[in-house]
Amino acid sequence: MIRLVLCCAAALPLAAASADTFVLRGATVHPVTSPPIENAILYVKDGRIAGLGAKLAAPKGVRLVEAKGLHVYPGIIDSATQIGLSEIGAVRESVDTNEIGNFNPQLKALSAVNPASEHIAVTRANGITAALTMPGGGIIGGQAALIHLEGWTWEEMAVRPSAALVLRYPVLESGTARASTRTPALPLAERRRNLEKQLAELRQFFEQARRYQKAKQAQAAGFRTDLKMEAMLPVLEGKLPVLVFAAREKAIREAIQFAEREKIRMILADPRQAVPVAGELKAKNIPVILGPTMAAPLEEDDPYDRVATTPAELHKAGVKFAFGTFATSSSRNLPYQAANAVAYGLPYEEALKALTINPAEIWGVAAEYGSIEIGKWADLMVTDGDPLEVRTQVRQLYIKGKPVDLDNRHKRLYERYTARPSSNAR
Amino acid sequence: MKSWLLVISTAAALTAAETVVIRNARVLPITKPEFRGSILIRDGKIAEAGEKIAEPPGARIIDAAGQYVMPGIIDAHSHIATESTNEMTLSVTSMVDIRDVINPEHVSIYRALAGGVTTANILHGSANSVGGQCAIIKMRWGKGLQGILFEGAKPGLKFALGENPKRAGASPELRGTAATPRYPATRMGVEDVIRQAFTEARQYKKEWEEYRARIARGADAPPPRRDLRLEPLVEVLEGKRMAHVHAYRADEMLMMLRLAEEFGFRVRTMEHGLEGYKIAREIAAHGAGITTFSDWWAYKLEAYDAIPFNAAAMLRQGVLVSLNSDDVVTQLCAHLNLEAAKTVKYGGLTENEALALITINPAKQLEIDHRVGSIEAGKDADLVIYDKHPLSSYARVQKVLIDGQVYFDRDRDATERAEREARKKQLLEKQREQPKKQAPARRPS
Repeated sequence: MIRLVLCCAAALPLAAASADTFVLRGATVHPVTSPPIENAILYVKDGRIAGLGAKLAAPKGVRLVEAKGLHVYPGIIDSATQIGLSEIGAVRESVDTNEIGNFNPQLKALSAVNPASEHIAVTRANGITAALTMPGGGIIGGQAALIHLEGWTWEEMAVRPSAALVLRYPVLESGTARASTRTPALPLAERRRNLEKQLAELRQFFEQARRYQKAKQAQAAGFRTDLKMEAMLPVLEGKLPVLVFAAREKAIREAIQFAEREKIRMILADPRQAVPVAGELKAKNIPVILGPTMAAPLEEDDPYDRVATTPAELHKAGVKFAFGTFATSSSRNLPYQAANAVAYGLPYEEALKALTINPAEIWGVAAEYGSIEIGKWADLMVTDGDPLEVRTQVRQLYIKGKPVDLDNRHKRLYERYTARPSSNAR
Repeated sequence: MKSWLLVISTAAALTAAETVVIRNARVLPITKPEFRGSILIRDGKIAEAGEKIAEPPGARIIDAAGQYVMPGIIDAHSHIATESTNEMTLSVTSMVDIRDVINPEHVSIYRALAGGVTTANILHGSANSVGGQCAIIKMRWGKGLQGILFEGAKPGLKFALGENPKRAGASPELRGTAATPRYPATRMGVEDVIRQAFTEARQYKKEWEEYRARIARGADAPPPRRDLRLEPLVEVLEGKRMAHVHAYRADEMLMMLRLAEEFGFRVRTMEHGLEGYKIAREIAAHGAGITTFSDWWAYKLEAYDAIPFNAAAMLRQGVLVSLNSDDVVTQLCAHLNLEAAKTVKYGGLTENEALALITINPAKQLEIDHRVGSIEAGKDADLVIYDKHPLSSYARVQKVLIDGQVYFDRDRDATERAEREARKKQLLEKQREQPKKQAPARRPS
């Protein structure tokens, strides 16, 4: 399909004036996978990076975008959000994240993404061009999608329609009463039984999926299509990675064993005690999606900066990771999550990678996204400084080489009420 | 219990008030322009701050070369170190006092310190129309409850409008722990509950005034029956207690401003005030302050019109604005400097205006600005030392002083970690041994 677009473009003389072909001139370009180039010429043709260099001659007849004094980075990827699935957290009717039932591998986040969600424009205004949006709920919540934060329909937004299966590794339920649901705490013995039951169910679910796989391959008599089981096939075949939520050291170790036993491709999500397990994560090539670095440490007697120093520690141990906000309305703050890791020891270049090329690799789209390299799609953010600094402004944004509107609900409300006429005063 | 380990190790390092000089620093006084120089601290107060000051012999020297010093951060709205937040049973619980549930040994206090916070206003939750009496604390880690209370600070009373106080009147699945619905269930009802409370308080105040007048005339009269619920409301009417009003939407804020004007008192601060930008001129005219979030939005319906430009927009229209954390456990309050930085990004505040949102402005809102909130001679030596400019994403708190004493020191925290780990191990071993020693005594059944 891409090839088709290209030959159509070549056939049309108007192609030179199309929005996704231009030259960005004079900026410092940070390709992420190679050193920055000052005063660069960046040539984008039909939405893709076609040329980059300090001494590159600007192709003739192509629209010029002056960017002197500005900086160009690959668009940021938030590796954990519920953008498009959740509009207003407390309004149930506007939330489509958690389905009923413990095992729902057949659910797809993508087709529930609301392209008109206000979160999309708010988030991308700070340079986030793509996000993983995840279903939650139960043990297997469904399939997460990698989406562009731009598009008229979810089809247009899709980067990777099914990027990972979301699995919450079962853990012992909390021993404190839940006031919000008026549920009293269960006794320890009962919580243990519940956990063992859930773990057994999880094992059985995978066993059942393997039997289904065999029956399907054998074209067994009486074989019937089962949508849950069908959804497990790409997982069993190693085509679809599993994003496994496990916070504490014990759960992480168990989850790693589980992934080994079931031979699944594991990506660890939001670990809070990953450092003691770093050696194993590295040895088994398990990438990690790291949550907010400004969160409170898990334990009362943890050092105050434990969460902030975790990315640096994982980097030292050679673990590959990307950052995710595990949020929706605060996804725009992802760069500052990375910055705080830099303040507490992570090399700056690694922080940038964990926002761009690392997530592209983890989600299987690095051939097309995640850095500024010839042939890749031009998902670009143009800033007036270091994007990890809060005070920096995003000046331009491109998704697949097309300029993206930076206007959003917040700017509109600001402008509207700033213009409130004074005659209305009491 | 675990945080007890931190208490002893930190407390041991504290000494009585001494003379301290912070030298070679880039000083951000907030109320004056930035300068490179020194700060002289004597008896817990800032004695002098300037480019060149004489260092008294014997003074303890803190060399802050290449570092930034600013006033300790003041968090105008926090729930840290509290054991409970909402007295859910009634919608008017002005008689309850947050000091009764503050745990001065809660690790959140130390972590707030590590984020540069030296003072916080601790409030009740927002489940009730009138939530309870607030307390201003200083993060004097290791000094017990009496030690952390901000001495001489004017007391406050928490009110709440909108979704939270009306939730208890909602249907069973929404109202949480309440078994039966509780009035109010609407914003109309919240206004009614508060007006009713102040109507009673005004009547009660009048009874006492009449009683005192009779006594003053030498007449004999029985005193009115004391009402602990109405007393704090009377103090609000008399201007002796600050009204801190949790509110999100512009309509409910305007309602509260007019209600306060009707009863002749001023709302000291609207807490959160996410739609404050819509009625900034009305808020400024009333003289209320707003303590808000930098960029939270969309977590509930009344937060859907929240914008990150709110603080800047209100400030530009003359409202006294601060940023707060609303933390229950220390999280956001340890990074309020970066929340301030967002107002430079969204709305274009100057760096000094941004830092004022977490220092002198909240100090004014809490009426403690004669003591804290800026680096000026005579004020408490509550200071934060950063390794980089505090509005930088890469800034890290190095030291925090309260009343001239170092309560947080990053280097010391790091070096003491091994020692703390060893102590923890010892205690755990002891705990493991205990069951053996205390074999359950067999009791006759």
